[in-house]
Amino acid sequence: MRVALFITCFNDTLFPQTGRAVVTLLERLGCEVEFPEAQTCCGQMHVNTGYQERGLALTRRFERVFADADVVVSPSASCVAHLRAHGAGLDGRLVELTEFLIDRLGVEDVGATFPHRVTLHPTCHSLRMMHIGDRPQRLLQHVRGIDLVELEEAAVCCGFGGTFSVKNADTSMAMLSDKLSHLLNSGAEICTAADNSCLLHIGGALRHQRSGVRVMHLAEILAAT
Amino acid sequence: MSKTGFPAAARVALTDTQMRRNVGKATDTIRTRRAARVAEVPDWEDLRDAGAGIKAHAMATMPEQLEALEASVTRAGGQVHWAGDAQECNAIVAGIVRGHGAREVIKVKSLATDEIGLNDALAAQGIEAFETDLAELINQLGHDTSTHILVPAIHRNRAEIKLLFERTIARGQDLGWEPQALAEAARRHLREKFLSVPVAISGANFGVADTGTICVVESEGNGRMCLTLPQVLITVMGIEKVLPEWRDLEVCLQLLPRSSTGERMNPYTSLWTGVRADDGPQEFHLVLLDNGRTDVLADEVGRQALHCIRCSACLNSCPVYSRVGGHAYESVYPGPIGAILTPQLRGLDKAPTLPYASSLCGACYEVCPVKIDIPSVLLHLRGRVVREYKSKRSAEALAMETVGRVFASQGLYERAQKLARLGHGPIVTAALPGWSSMRGLPEVPEQTFREWWRSRPPGRVSGDGSAP
Repeated sequence: MRVALFITCFNDTLFPQTGRAVVTLLERLGCEVEFPEAQTCCGQMHVNTGYQERGLALTRRFERVFADADVVVSPSASCVAHLRAHGAGLDGRLVELTEFLIDRLGVEDVGATFPHRVTLHPTCHSLRMMHIGDRPQRLLQHVRGIDLVELEEAAVCCGFGGTFSVKNADTSMAMLSDKLSHLLNSGAEICTAADNSCLLHIGGALRHQRSGVRVMHLAEILAAT
Repeated sequence: MSKTGFPAAARVALTDTQMRRNVGKATDTIRTRRAARVAEVPDWEDLRDAGAGIKAHAMATMPEQLEALEASVTRAGGQVHWAGDAQECNAIVAGIVRGHGAREVIKVKSLATDEIGLNDALAAQGIEAFETDLAELINQLGHDTSTHILVPAIHRNRAEIKLLFERTIARGQDLGWEPQALAEAARRHLREKFLSVPVAISGANFGVADTGTICVVESEGNGRMCLTLPQVLITVMGIEKVLPEWRDLEVCLQLLPRSSTGERMNPYTSLWTGVRADDGPQEFHLVLLDNGRTDVLADEVGRQALHCIRCSACLNSCPVYSRVGGHAYESVYPGPIGAILTPQLRGLDKAPTLPYASSLCGACYEVCPVKIDIPSVLLHLRGRVVREYKSKRSAEALAMETVGRVFASQGLYERAQKLARLGHGPIVTAALPGWSSMRGLPEVPEQTFREWWRSRPPGRVSGDGSAP
């Protein structure tokens, strides 16, 4: 299957290891990965901050860049949710990574080995905009050696919310504090998610506190052998 | 970071650890109860659709519904008044009270009368208003304001209420710690008022156009006392509370209690139609309040906010509200619904930070019994704030414009990525302020993903072998 990768500007610049993991994983599962280099940003940050004209221009740009792709896969639930909500779901051809693996490829066991204690932050947009349900858990459950532990109040927002984390930094931190305490209570050494935006926020605070817990995108766990 | 509005008020509120504990615990309890009561209704999603449909229809036909309501209420012996704004509404109510020579009124819990500042307006005319809802009484005795649509004193715990009552209505008597004893003190205080005050003022949960019936839903029975004992009853109703038909109550009265208190049915549902000889109030006034609602109706996206049936499920589910509490919203309508309602009722320029008081997590939309798409309305209002009120030369607008231009071009974007690695340029400056004081920043990696992609040796592709 030919797959066009929408890496997102955020991952391209700050989390290239996630992109490398997605490529490794998809190629291992027999996909032919393409990377249209004209891609930049989906426009979510602009739209969510109120700069709709600029943002939607970027959303339309995304549609043009990926117009000819058979299927577009992205490791960001949040960007995919934004694109779909604003008419750029490419008639069902745009899918988030876990949707692609389970719904299109029909695999839950991707052949990964990852002998660590992990907990999953399900992310608001994965749950409530994308409705990806337990797809991340199903993929993680098949990883060899993994010790998957429960996260209390997992479905509650971590407080990132894009520019919310800057405009309302105090409230954002109050929300993050609770997420961190649940995370530390879980005993996990790694917090994973289907979106690096939440993980930037959570991971930033974990590092700030020298907590000894780190964050890792789901794709990196699924790519590990 | 803003020095006024929600961010500043939230910063202050977040330092109140007792409030955070009280609100966090209470919202957690109600949230759990709501989830259980909703889960046992097999057609809950159909009910939500029906509720949304009823409200959308009522709003689309509002002028004729209100005229029908006026006709029905008048036919049943009530008097209908129209108030364009808060001042007009307060004057109408004060005029009726004065016309009866009354110096005191008792009140049923009402958001509309809080919205227009009725108690203060009455006080200015020498009329004292007594709140009879237990939580409203707590706030009134403590010279405090409401922080929750349904549970106005949610920010107070039992110990605080005990001390407040002992200081005020119990006149120094030790009440002990039992909730029953505290409630008993309030009951003794209120009973006197119920039996002696001749005029009552209420809000309305629903006003049914075809029958002229007004509905008030409550838990304590204090509202029922106000609605039945005094000779004169004045109801202040926001015009968006109109329902076209009696049968619409079937849906609304299922949705409301489960969503609000997490009960199958609320303890007291009072319904009255005009007046009836020798039974209940002998004079009934319905004041229909606009106060900005017609303007909200004119906004095709924003008007959804008028569908609200004031259940407060969005507050209890909101991770922002449950941490900052209600005062930070600086309105009688706090939480997610307040974030979309207050700026529209008052004007966006009066509350431009409220549409940003959300992480867009979507928990509010998920629980809303009439399916108000709060996140979409928030985005819409943010767009209006930027278009209508934000200076194009503000630091934020300039940064957004620059980053937008950068993202619109592959060449500019790749150049900006290289600059980011050096710690400057548009990507970095747009993202940094306000972030780094509380969270660590990731180092910008040596190689972007696309640089890695280009550096891959050819022929590595496993698929069917064709190069990317």
